[in-house]
Amino acid sequence: METARGHVERLFHEQAGGIQATLIRLLGDLDLAGEVMQEAFVAALSLWDERGVPDNPRNWLITTARNRAIDRLRQRRRFLAPEASASVLADLDDADAEIERQLGEPIADDQLRLIFTCCHSALSVEAQIALTLHTLCGLTSEQIARAFLIPLPTLAQRLVRAKKKIRDARVPYRVPPPELLPERLDSALAVIYLVFNEGYLSADGEGPIRAELCSEAIRLARLVACLLPTETEPRALLALMLLHDARKTTRVSRSGELVLLADQDRTRWDRRQIEEALAIVEEVLKRGGARPFALQAAIAALHAQASRPQDTDWRQIAALYSVLIRLHPSPVIELNRAAAISMVDGPEAALPLIDSLAARGELANYHLLHATRADCLRRAGRTDAARAAYRQALECEVSDAERRFLERRLAELTLS
Amino acid sequence: MQYMLLIYGDEKQWQTFSESQQGAIFGEYMQFTQGIVKSGHFKAGDPLEDTAAATTVRVRNGKTLTTDGPFAETKEQLGGYYIVEAPNLDEALKIAVRIPSARWGSIEVRPIAKVPA
Repeated sequence: METARGHVERLFHEQAGGIQATLIRLLGDLDLAGEVMQEAFVAALSLWDERGVPDNPRNWLITTARNRAIDRLRQRRRFLAPEASASVLADLDDADAEIERQLGEPIADDQLRLIFTCCHSALSVEAQIALTLHTLCGLTSEQIARAFLIPLPTLAQRLVRAKKKIRDARVPYRVPPPELLPERLDSALAVIYLVFNEGYLSADGEGPIRAELCSEAIRLARLVACLLPTETEPRALLALMLLHDARKTTRVSRSGELVLLADQDRTRWDRRQIEEALAIVEEVLKRGGARPFALQAAIAALHAQASRPQDTDWRQIAALYSVLIRLHPSPVIELNRAAAISMVDGPEAALPLIDSLAARGELANYHLLHATRADCLRRAGRTDAARAAYRQALECEVSDAERRFLERRLAELTLS
Repeated sequence: MQYMLLIYGDEKQWQTFSESQQGAIFGEYMQFTQGIVKSGHFKAGDPLEDTAAATTVRVRNGKTLTTDGPFAETKEQLGGYYIVEAPNLDEALKIAVRIPSARWGSIEVRPIAKVPA
C-alpha cells in the first residue's frame, strides 16, 4: 500500500500546478498562493501519516492552504492594516459557500485562467515566459535562469516585478471575454511557442531542462486546445509543436552538430506523434482555414509526410509561405519562402529574393539569412561567394550545434 | 479600483491638424466623455494647456527653483487625463483604447495607489 508520504509526493508531482492555480484564483495573490500551498503539503506529510489520507486529498490541501492564507492575512491586517488585505479577507470570509462550489470546478479551468494572467500583454514578453514556467509549469527560478542563460537575480527580479504588477494593476484572473479573446489568445499561444522554441532550437545549456520546456509547451497547448474547443489556433499550435518534437532526436548528430531536415534519419522520427499531428492539421485547415499557426503546421506536415527529402512538396510549401506572408508579414517568413523557392526553381531563382531581403537590413545579424544565402550560392557553384556568406553566418550569434555545422560546410568548400 | 489614463501626444502634430479636423476630434472627445459618464466609469478628466504654459518648481535646501517649461523635454507630452473606475486592468484598457488620441498618441494606464487611511 502507498505510504502517506508517497501519496503526498505523488500528489505534489501531479497536482501542485493545478492546486496552485485554484489558490491563485481564490486568493488573488500569486506569492501567497505559492507559500500557503507549500505549507499545506508540509502539513499533509505529518497529519496524513497520523490520521490517514483524507477522502478528498485535493480539497483537503486547498482548504488547508486557504485557512493558512486567512491566518496570514489576519496577521498582516493586525500589524500593517493595509486595506487591500482586509478586502481580500472579507471576500474570503463571506464566500465560504462560493468557495465550496468553486472547489468542485475542474482544476484545468483554473490553469487556463492562469495562462491568460501569466501571458497578459500588459507584462513584458520575458516576464510572461518566466511567469508561465514558474507558476504553470512549476519550474524553479534556478531552472528558468539556467534554461535562458540569465543570471538568477535578474530572473528573480523579473518574477517579483511581474507578480507585483498583476496585483497592483489588477491584471484579471479569468478567461478573457469574447471581445478580448482573439488578441489575448494570440499572445498566450505566442508565449507557449516561445517556450517550446527555447527548448527546441537551442542545443546549448542543460538537456533535461530543455526537454522539459518542450514537453511543458505541448502540455499547455493541449490544455488550451481542450478547454477552448471552438478555437482552431491552439490545436494548430499543438500540431506544429508535435511535428517539430517528433524530429527532435534527429536534428543534432551524436557529435553535437546540427543536422538539416534533408539529412535527418526519417526512420527515427516519432511516427505516432506525427500521425496525431497530421489528423489535427487536416481538421484545423478544414474548420479554421488559413490562420498563422494552421499554415505553419501545414508546412511542417508536408515535411513530415515526405518519406524521402526529394518527395517533399516544395511547391506547396512555397505557396503556403506566400499566404503566411500576406497574413503576417515577416522577413523571417520571406526568407523561408525564398529557401522553398530554391528547392522548386533552383538556387538562382532564390538568390535575388534573398539579396533584396539582405539589402533591407532587418536580418543583417540573423545567421540563417547568411546560411541560406551561402547554401544557395554553394548549390549554384559560386564557391567564393558561398565561403564569404558562411563566414558572415558564423559572425552572427549561433548555437554550438549550428556553429559546428557551418564550420564543416565552410571547410568542405575550402577543400574542394 | 481607479485608474488614471494619461494622454500623451506630440503637441506640434496637433497644430498640423486643420480647424475642421480639430473640431471633429473635439466632438469625438465630447462623445467619448459622455459615454463613460453614462456608463459610470468616469471619475474625472480634463485637457491640459500646452507645455508652453508649463512651469516647473523644485525646492532644494529650502530654496525654490522655478523654471519655464515641463519637467522633461520629451517627444510626446502629457496633454490630458481621465480618472476612471474599472474592476480590472482589462476594463481600464478597453476604455483607454477608445480615447481619440490613442490613434495618434499614446495612453498610459496607471492604477491609482490606495493609501491606507
